[in-house]
Amino acid sequence: MNTSAFLSPNELQRLQRRKQRGRWFELLALLAVLIGIVVLLILLIDVFLDGLPWLRPEFFTQFPSRFPDKSGLRSALQGTLWLAVITAVLSFPIGVAAAIYLEEYARDNWFTRFIEINISNLAGVPSIIYGLLGLGLFVYGLNLGRSLLAGALTMTLLVLPTVIVSSREAIRAVPRSVRLAAFGLGATPWQTVRDHVLPYAMPGILTGTILAMSRAIGETAPLITIGALTYIRFDLRGPLDLFTVLPIQIFNWISLPQKEFQKLAAAGIIVLLAVLLLLNTTAIILRIRLQKRW
Amino acid sequence: MRNLFRLISLLFVTAIVISACAPATPPPAEPTVIEITRIVAGTPQVITATPAPTTSADIEGTILVDGSSTVAPITAAIAEEFQSEYPNVRVPVGISGTGGGFKKFCNDETDISDASRPIKESETELCKQNGIDYIELPIAFDGLAVMVNPKNDFVECLTVAELKKIWEPEAEGKITNWNQVREGFPNRPLTLYGPGVDSGTYDYFTEAIVGKEGASRGDFLPSEDDNVLVQGIAGDENALGFFGLAYYEENKDKLKLVAIDSGNGCVLPSLETVSNGTYRPLSRPLFIYVNRARVDQKDEINAFISFYLKNATTIVTEVGYIPLTPEIYELVQKRFENRVTGSIFEGQGSTVGVSLADLLAKEQ
Repeated sequence: MNTSAFLSPNELQRLQRRKQRGRWFELLALLAVLIGIVVLLILLIDVFLDGLPWLRPEFFTQFPSRFPDKSGLRSALQGTLWLAVITAVLSFPIGVAAAIYLEEYARDNWFTRFIEINISNLAGVPSIIYGLLGLGLFVYGLNLGRSLLAGALTMTLLVLPTVIVSSREAIRAVPRSVRLAAFGLGATPWQTVRDHVLPYAMPGILTGTILAMSRAIGETAPLITIGALTYIRFDLRGPLDLFTVLPIQIFNWISLPQKEFQKLAAAGIIVLLAVLLLLNTTAIILRIRLQKRW
Repeated sequence: MRNLFRLISLLFVTAIVISACAPATPPPAEPTVIEITRIVAGTPQVITATPAPTTSADIEGTILVDGSSTVAPITAAIAEEFQSEYPNVRVPVGISGTGGGFKKFCNDETDISDASRPIKESETELCKQNGIDYIELPIAFDGLAVMVNPKNDFVECLTVAELKKIWEPEAEGKITNWNQVREGFPNRPLTLYGPGVDSGTYDYFTEAIVGKEGASRGDFLPSEDDNVLVQGIAGDENALGFFGLAYYEENKDKLKLVAIDSGNGCVLPSLETVSNGTYRPLSRPLFIYVNRARVDQKDEINAFISFYLKNATTIVTEVGYIPLTPEIYELVQKRFENRVTGSIFEGQGSTVGVSLADLLAKEQ
């Protein structure tokens, strides 16, 4: 059936105009998408052109040096790896326990709501503030110095709100019927949480934790505040050693006058990107493979 | 669920294995001869140096260094060579700016502080309160280069008075055109670029040109990253800016150097003119400050400073700065051996236009 049969020529013209406007909007929206993609592509192409030739095996095994061709990421990689492991070990149990308490045990009163609001707000606090907190609390207060442990503790504080919020969402997504069934068979709350809620919520919790880890790995500002902007030419021996991490090593190379170091920084960016992509992919795979099966 | 725990433990084990794979000790350095490959103007040459008579493996410990980002490349390069000769000494070199470095140094957190200007009175006070005595050691010269865009064909040389006219606080909003700087300059807008106000470079420039540290107009484009300033001046035909000579050397094709006339004709900054003091008033000495008490407590600091002064000429050149003359290094070494504490600039008020050699020689 033809619409024009019911419409006067005047109305038809207006309809046409409205459709035209719709197409314009579509074009505008497409443009917005393209701007993002094109900028990202230019950035990536630029980084890869500069950095790829410098991605050699030595780049991963050598310490930073004043000679660009003898420079590498060894100390930065060690720092990032240790920082991520310690942060994960600290933030995962604390974050998940807090989420379980808030979702499964806490009564809904003003105190719980107060905590909830605070956690959501903390997730939005600029990271430099955590750096200042870490400097006061861990570096000076607990006298840990400018150590890896102080950095990892600061990062733990930084990512905890994210871990708690995403864990809570995962736990909340487990259907009530699962809990009721467990209770009905005589399970205690702890047994219910341990054997039923947690296993079902785990994919979501892990995804959230891994994404929080990738944030911790990419952060620079709080660690600079703590004092990780340091030239290091030795292997990390323990959590109380001074340290440096990937983003800071990149930052440091970019600020040097020699052009080769800016190329090295580009190579460092590729490595950092690869690490982050690897983590995010792991998160996605986990989410797909361990998807809810109730 | 069991699968999941297996997966998690696998992840952790992998992480730990990977980190453990890195050998815990650096590869042993050559016991007798150390080769320092030095690249001068593209031709590599090998210098051999014999280590100090005490076996360098005996000395161990950590030397904490922090401070100026200008001086850090020099100290880091020295640390690099030092650590290959003394494999059991660890020398982390922090970068928190001259001021930030002194704050930690005077709080007894570090052994050595890098500084691109002499210690200030307020910082001396802090050190005194905490009972920290320090030995001040000049280690290199740095020239501040004034630059314009290569397309600028009318500026070859500026007098100190003209620079002052451009940068002093009163110029803010008023001196905005090149034709106001000197008669005969074309009618073109003037845009200014400079390091951020927290840098020692800014402090030094304002003191040398305007006459008062930290006094300048506020309407210039500041950046803490000198490479950003390079980009800014290279892309703006009307630009004028200043920063460390090392950054000009690496970007000669994008920038045009301006000669400075301080009353004795126009002088371009170069290795000779900065080192012999004719490039005035924009050449400055760079320093390290050593905690006096820690020198006696830690043998490694003693070894590090001697190594520093012995190799400074080579390494300072390599990283783009200008070495002191051999005579001055000798005087500095003596100053260190005699453990002379305090600043040679005390009561001087300013380091602009003073001769290091004279000041150091006076002490002998």
